[in-house]
Amino acid sequence: MSVQEIPKELESHLKPPLLFGSGRGRVLTIFIMVLLFALPMLAWGMGNQFYLDFSSRIVCLAIAAVSLNLILGYGGLVSFGHAAFVGIGAYAVGIPAYHGYESAWLHFPLAMFAAALFALVTGAISLRTKGVYFIMITMAFAQMAYYFFLSLEEYGGDDGMTLWDRSDFGFIDISNKLTFFMLAYVLLAVCICLTFKIVHSRFGMVLRGCNSNEARMKALGYNTYAYRLTAYVISGAMCGLAGALIGNLQDFVTTDTMTWTRSGELMFMVILGGAGSLFGPVLGAIVFLLLEEILSAYTIHWHLPFGAFLIFCVLFVKGGMNGLVTRDWITGSKQGEK
Amino acid sequence: MSTLFLIQLLNGLQLGVLLFLLAAGLTLVFGIMDFVNLAHGSLYMIGAFICASLTFWTGSFVWGVVLAIPIVAGVGFLFEVIVVRHLYASNHLDHVLATFGIILIADTLVQLAWGPEGIAIPLPEYLSGQVEILPGIIFPTFRLVIISSGLLIAAGLYWLITYTKLGMLIRAGASNRTMVSALGVDIKTLFAGVFALGAVLAGIAGMLISPITEATIGMGNDIIITAFVVIIVGGIGSMKGAFIAAILIGIIDTLGRSFLKDILAVFIESASAETAGPALSSMLIYIIMAIVLALRPQGLFPPKVR
Repeated sequence: MSVQEIPKELESHLKPPLLFGSGRGRVLTIFIMVLLFALPMLAWGMGNQFYLDFSSRIVCLAIAAVSLNLILGYGGLVSFGHAAFVGIGAYAVGIPAYHGYESAWLHFPLAMFAAALFALVTGAISLRTKGVYFIMITMAFAQMAYYFFLSLEEYGGDDGMTLWDRSDFGFIDISNKLTFFMLAYVLLAVCICLTFKIVHSRFGMVLRGCNSNEARMKALGYNTYAYRLTAYVISGAMCGLAGALIGNLQDFVTTDTMTWTRSGELMFMVILGGAGSLFGPVLGAIVFLLLEEILSAYTIHWHLPFGAFLIFCVLFVKGGMNGLVTRDWITGSKQGEK
Repeated sequence: MSTLFLIQLLNGLQLGVLLFLLAAGLTLVFGIMDFVNLAHGSLYMIGAFICASLTFWTGSFVWGVVLAIPIVAGVGFLFEVIVVRHLYASNHLDHVLATFGIILIADTLVQLAWGPEGIAIPLPEYLSGQVEILPGIIFPTFRLVIISSGLLIAAGLYWLITYTKLGMLIRAGASNRTMVSALGVDIKTLFAGVFALGAVLAGIAGMLISPITEATIGMGNDIIITAFVVIIVGGIGSMKGAFIAAILIGIIDTLGRSFLKDILAVFIESASAETAGPALSSMLIYIIMAIVLALRPQGLFPPKVR
């Protein structure tokens, strides 16, 4: 026995990873991504604006969820303060616009930079802690950002601020709802591809290694803290981008986008769709917003069934929607890329 | 100035005592069951609303509190048996999500039962007045009642944990859960009991504050974050840490809100101090938390085990 045999269940890891995954999940993923693009287009073509706006919201929140998934799903860092990055991104559009700077080439880089900077500072402190401390510290830092923006009377404070014009890209006009949707969709695709690249790069492997066995990674000589902090900053910047989009989408910037319950919702989207799966967060955002829309149409007390659904998911649905699809129901094991 | 300072110091102590009642429940539940309970604030809210109803029914705030306590204990017990018990085996992320769901449910149920409006609880005459505690310093009687009852409860909790059989089991459970159950202790009942105790502490905090602020939907969702800051600063799982941090955070928060603007005005021009003051004072406790953690990631008084 000179060559060590590779166990059968690990064989799939030898193949190069595919963007859309493999097996049953692959068909479904492509189907959903096409549907997410085609359905609102169709609705718009038939003169129904509502579904275009609704899908834009899904896509924007999906970007935020994808960014959270990078550190939560792959890095194992349970950040409970991601709404802060969304809020910072939104204010990076609102505050320059208030002072008369309308260019998107200022807004979007500023949103990403400001969110990345906030991630760098808070991450540097938060990542010194572990487990439940990390959950609560990220939440507390998000509250800090929340109160900071709440106290800025100049920029609306409690009441929020209206955006009179959307960010100006020059060659495209995103105050057109269709253009906005297409831009958001393209940015979502870019973020997913970027996450795919990151996760399967050497950097991503170290990050995932830190999640599954930190002591071993440290013993191998990796500075796990630096890798995690880098991932945290990337995730923050990506979420800031989502925030800039959401600010534009709402034509209104308010601290409401950064309350801690919003962070909880983002986390739920990731878990619902399947943490640590590339398209899971997108699926989670779709199901979350659809459910919210449908339930709130029936009753103003829609939080009641929604909360029950959340508890049900935590107790009984392991691995999220993605896990339900890719699980091999006969043998009970999971197939395809995790 | 010094009169105002003393009064604000007492107000800070009152907030600190309330924070301790909340943080103590969180500490018990986390220290023993390793369970993160975001919905602890909902028990605070439920305590306030039940107390409000009972106060109107019996016509007396004191009876309202006395009768509400066993009911809140029951609610906590049921909560543990129906949902929480099934989550001990999962990770902290699941705890956070599930208890987040419970917050949504609790807020809606309270709104269905009591309506969307806040309820003001009337105080009896002998509690609603003011007393002169020192010459020239007049302080509301009820706030003194909150401070003293909070400190009494803290002392009682210390006695319970240090000198009773139950306290011994709690401490043993915190340091080695498996061993305790192997020694024949009914761990399920112990956990449910501890959870109910935490619920009662949170409920009492809600009952004590609502004559001042009204019982409102979502009243627990803001203060629970502050309570989390308290247990992080104090060191999660440490009762002593929770007490010291609660008093500290309560006083710093209250003093910051009333004096930071004036302190800043000494250093920078008053117009900017006018805007920076409120911003900085609402962020003050988080800044303190960040500093504490940057220096001591485990909090000020981390428990010896774990």
